[in-house]
Amino acid sequence: MPVQDLKGQKVWQRRTGRESLFHWVLWLTGVAVFAYCWQQISASTTWFFVWDAPRIASDIWTRATPPRWEYITQLGKPIWDTLNIATLGTIISLILAVPVAFLAARNTTPSALFVRPIALLIIVSTRSINSLIWALLLIAIIGPGVFAGVVAIAIRSIGFCAKLLYEAIEEIDETQVEAITATGASRWQVMAYGIVPQILPAFAGIAVFRWDINIRESTVLGLVGAGGIGLQLSSSLNVLAWPQVALILLVILAAVVISEWVSAKVRGAII
Amino acid sequence: MLRLDKLVKTYKTGDQALKAVELEVPEGQVLALIGPSGAGKSTLIRCINRLVEPTSGKVYLGDVELTGLSSGALRRERRRMGMIFQEYALVERLTVMENVLSGRLGYVGFWRSFLRRFPQSDVDEAFRLLDRVGLAHMADKRADELSGGQRQRVGICRALIQNPALLLVDEPTASLDPKTSRQIMRLICELCQERGLAAIINIHDVALAQMFVQRVIGLRFGAIEFDGPPDGLTPEVLTTIYGEEDWEATIEAVEDEEASA
Repeated sequence: MPVQDLKGQKVWQRRTGRESLFHWVLWLTGVAVFAYCWQQISASTTWFFVWDAPRIASDIWTRATPPRWEYITQLGKPIWDTLNIATLGTIISLILAVPVAFLAARNTTPSALFVRPIALLIIVSTRSINSLIWALLLIAIIGPGVFAGVVAIAIRSIGFCAKLLYEAIEEIDETQVEAITATGASRWQVMAYGIVPQILPAFAGIAVFRWDINIRESTVLGLVGAGGIGLQLSSSLNVLAWPQVALILLVILAAVVISEWVSAKVRGAII
Repeated sequence: MLRLDKLVKTYKTGDQALKAVELEVPEGQVLALIGPSGAGKSTLIRCINRLVEPTSGKVYLGDVELTGLSSGALRRERRRMGMIFQEYALVERLTVMENVLSGRLGYVGFWRSFLRRFPQSDVDEAFRLLDRVGLAHMADKRADELSGGQRQRVGICRALIQNPALLLVDEPTASLDPKTSRQIMRLICELCQERGLAAIINIHDVALAQMFVQRVIGLRFGAIEFDGPPDGLTPEVLTTIYGEEDWEATIEAVEDEEASA
């Protein structure tokens, strides 16, 4: 009741007295919780190491510079592996994501009661587990190497691609579908002529976007033994070869920048 | 040629869009379906080719009863009914040619249509039709590059290339300017005459309907209130269809048109 009648004048306030009191209590609780947490974290921190941090950081910086440029000859193959993991993984995931998306979209699913929940479950379960964890599982199952990385990236991406794609399918213009249906086209023809042209831009956008993400994700897969440049990173870290680590980080940065540039170009060309 | 027998459509919400509609359309007759918004005009048209499933009643196209058909048989019968839409309903990202050829989908197998390898006779016919509606030079343009009138012409070609016996036309002029509206209506009626097609045209513009068709059906609350020639639309009749309003201006406009034409 924000409007009150005071001596014949209508007074408007954003909140009633009770509401604003409730808001103050909420803020007070928030501040109290924050202060308590701060104190807990502070008590369990070894402050000696924190005060020491700038010195250590500058120490690592001096050890890491200049990068060991001649090490680049050994990085060509691993970065190529990383790119392959990302690209193959994205392609496989797209192939698997398309049928899942059609089964999950409300307007194309054959059965909203049985098939759709299964498709949604696939989407949620593949999305919710990080690719590093998929890689750990897959290395145990199919052994270490590039293949485990490809499969990890592929599985992780299905949910992401299928979710975006099924949202695009649900947003299509139904009258175009109706028009194709009215010509006597079969179910598959309706899909190829009425639906696919409408979702093609979204599909291409999703593909390059996910490829871009996957390049970044695949650089760390080597840390757990799933091939690619992460393998070099982890072995260099283990022997404290900081100049090599610096060079690897530079190579990863370059790969990511290039992939961002490519995907921005492709997206610009489609839209 | 087309006969509706006690056609009823009740939507899930409980709205009764059609109340036992009885209608017979002879071969080659062009009729206009008028009525206020929500009278069931679109529903009636969509119940004929079963884009909307009728609740009960029968639809006969020639000797074939449509409401009981299996999906395969229904697809074969849909080829005989061309449909033209209010917002054109072209597939925006396909070319004009692909849009016209999509009218042949009912005749062509999946892979041929998917790979765009339509029979040469279909392509010839598509060029003939595009030439007839004055769009032959546009065949390679994407549909979303065309103006409203051009799009509707492509929509007409798509319906005609099906080689239909009946045209179902849903508000063909509602998104067009007055001049283009007349051109489109004239084109549809001429083409129907050339090919001896029957047509049901949903239309809001009473004056436009009177100019071009041989028979007018007035629909109100899902029931037929008027069935007769265009000059039978007196102010009293329009009042029973649409409700109280000053109708003199509408009817005079038509008489002026006819005098000047």
